[in-house]
Amino acid sequence: MSSDTFIVAFEGAPDNPGVLEYAIHRAKTEGASLLLVHILEWSPYRFLTPEELAERHGRRKQELARADQVVMQPALARAEAAGVPAKGVIRYGQVVELILEETKKAQATAIFVGRSGSQSMAARVFGSVTLGLAQLAPVPTVIVP
Amino acid sequence: MFNKTVLLALATLFAAPAANAQETPNGIDAAINEMVGAATGPFVNFIFSPFPGTSFPWIVLWLVIAATVFTVYFAFVQFRSFPHSIALVTGKYSDPDDAGEVSHFQALATALSGTVGLGNIAGVAVAVSIGGPGATFWMILAGLMGMASKFTECTLGVKYRNEYPNGSVSGGPMYYLSKGMEERGFAGLGKFLAILFSIFCVLGALGGGNMFQANQAHAQISNIVGDYPGWITGIIFAAIVFAVIIGGLKSIAQVTEKVVPFMGVLYVGTALIIIAMNYDQIGWAFGQIFAGAFTGLGVAGGLVGALIQGFKRAAFSNEAGVGSAAIAHSAVRTKEPITEGYVSLLEPFIDTVVICTMTALVIVITGVLQIDPQTGLYIWDAEAGRVATEGNVSGVALTSAAFGSALSFFPYVLALAVILFAFSTMISWSYYGLKAWTYMFGEGKAQELSFKILFCIFVVIGAAMNLGPVIDFSDAAIFAMALVNIFGLYFLMPIVKAEMLSYQARLKSGEIKRYA
Repeated sequence: MSSDTFIVAFEGAPDNPGVLEYAIHRAKTEGASLLLVHILEWSPYRFLTPEELAERHGRRKQELARADQVVMQPALARAEAAGVPAKGVIRYGQVVELILEETKKAQATAIFVGRSGSQSMAARVFGSVTLGLAQLAPVPTVIVP
Repeated sequence: MFNKTVLLALATLFAAPAANAQETPNGIDAAINEMVGAATGPFVNFIFSPFPGTSFPWIVLWLVIAATVFTVYFAFVQFRSFPHSIALVTGKYSDPDDAGEVSHFQALATALSGTVGLGNIAGVAVAVSIGGPGATFWMILAGLMGMASKFTECTLGVKYRNEYPNGSVSGGPMYYLSKGMEERGFAGLGKFLAILFSIFCVLGALGGGNMFQANQAHAQISNIVGDYPGWITGIIFAAIVFAVIIGGLKSIAQVTEKVVPFMGVLYVGTALIIIAMNYDQIGWAFGQIFAGAFTGLGVAGGLVGALIQGFKRAAFSNEAGVGSAAIAHSAVRTKEPITEGYVSLLEPFIDTVVICTMTALVIVITGVLQIDPQTGLYIWDAEAGRVATEGNVSGVALTSAAFGSALSFFPYVLALAVILFAFSTMISWSYYGLKAWTYMFGEGKAQELSFKILFCIFVVIGAAMNLGPVIDFSDAAIFAMALVNIFGLYFLMPIVKAEMLSYQARLKSGEIKRYA
């Protein structure tokens, strides 16, 4: 078994399990472990109403619990069932920036990211997560359709 | 079923005053004016009464003295710590692991959306037209001093907030007055002040934070589309406010929360463009402001007149010492309550020193205030009780005329800005009033719903009727909040000082970490 760690930029979309399955397959083949990174998009400069401010701490707890329960735990269970060692990280912030940060922190050797196929105006103007990672990643990045 | 019942009840409640207002507005207005005026007149007169022989309302002096005391007591914290405030609001000291929590920027932006509004547009025009350009100097000074008041109250707001098991928080003067005063050994007095503050806060929220805003929004819309019954504006506004605060339709609030800062930037940006277009007059305008501050430049009242107007309008605009902002700021997630104090002191700076000054400069530079060419002094319109103006207008109309003289389309943008500012102020005050209400009657769905429905009803009343005494009373209630709040702040300021000294020492030693 190698000591390589692969990052899986995991959106958790149930209709796109391809990236997780492919990363598990590659990790198994190469004897690597996985670090599943799930980012909840967040900006400290987003405007909130006074009521939202007051409820934010509680909502954050709920969002984290939900992400762990609905996204992370099933994914970790799937990796474990396949015999691939895996850990998970859930964070708030800007997706590309945080995935790159986790990549550096874990000294990962590859990133696996799904292609959502989003054609939204924001993605067209600012670029998608996939494109952002492809441009900035310091390690080989696999884009899974 | 429940929603349907609430809607039916609201429809009935709205329809009654609205229909009556349309049919016999003068009769109803007059009756309510008389009734409310008789009941509240002594209170209003007490709050706004001037010192004998002057026209200086003592409540304004109360706010200015407090701001001066806090400035000296905290060793000019607003000037010394300004760069640190900027570093905090830009997240330089925010732990990345706390991402997803309320940031300093978010708390500041939300509090600002509650204060930036008519005071910055209409209030400044009133100050400059009555007190002359010199009022601007005193307004800036009052804004700079008011930064220390915000620093004090917002630190306490975070320190003594209530945190509930579901993760939500409630904070503000009612909490620090009761809990903080108890710590200082004045539990009974603290509880009394907290209740008194809550009563004034609810009244202020329904009046100045609601009826006045709805009333002015209707006036703006009428100016554009022509005169029509105010209850129509009232019902539309009430429906939108209802959708946001009761229906939980966050998209409207989120759009407003995004558009309002944009309008604020647009307003300041346009003012800067107009000032740049008249760059050769900038020196002259500042000369007028400084000379007017100490001589009055022929404006009735001279130095004192300029000073009163400047101080008064700054206090009306930035609400420093009123305690309202402490409610919004208390939601921030920080281990150090004092950091929110540092961030909040930027609020009077942005509101008064930047935005109000921009308005005043545009009014002075565009020449909408009439000057006697022979004497070089402003022409005093004794009948109107202010400087003679182009088109004989004052308030929002004067600001609009000043901007319009340089950019003809801008009055329409300004009208939209006033409406949006009014709406965002209403949303903010609905929350401030709600927190005061639940402090008195307890946290719970029923208590919250009752206040929110009441708030929506007052939107219609405010837009439909011309209730001078009611609005006077609600303004007085907002300033009465300051009376209670500042009284408590004098007792609690040693706690803030201890926090500040401890924080500054740890910042110096490197114990407080900078992340970016």
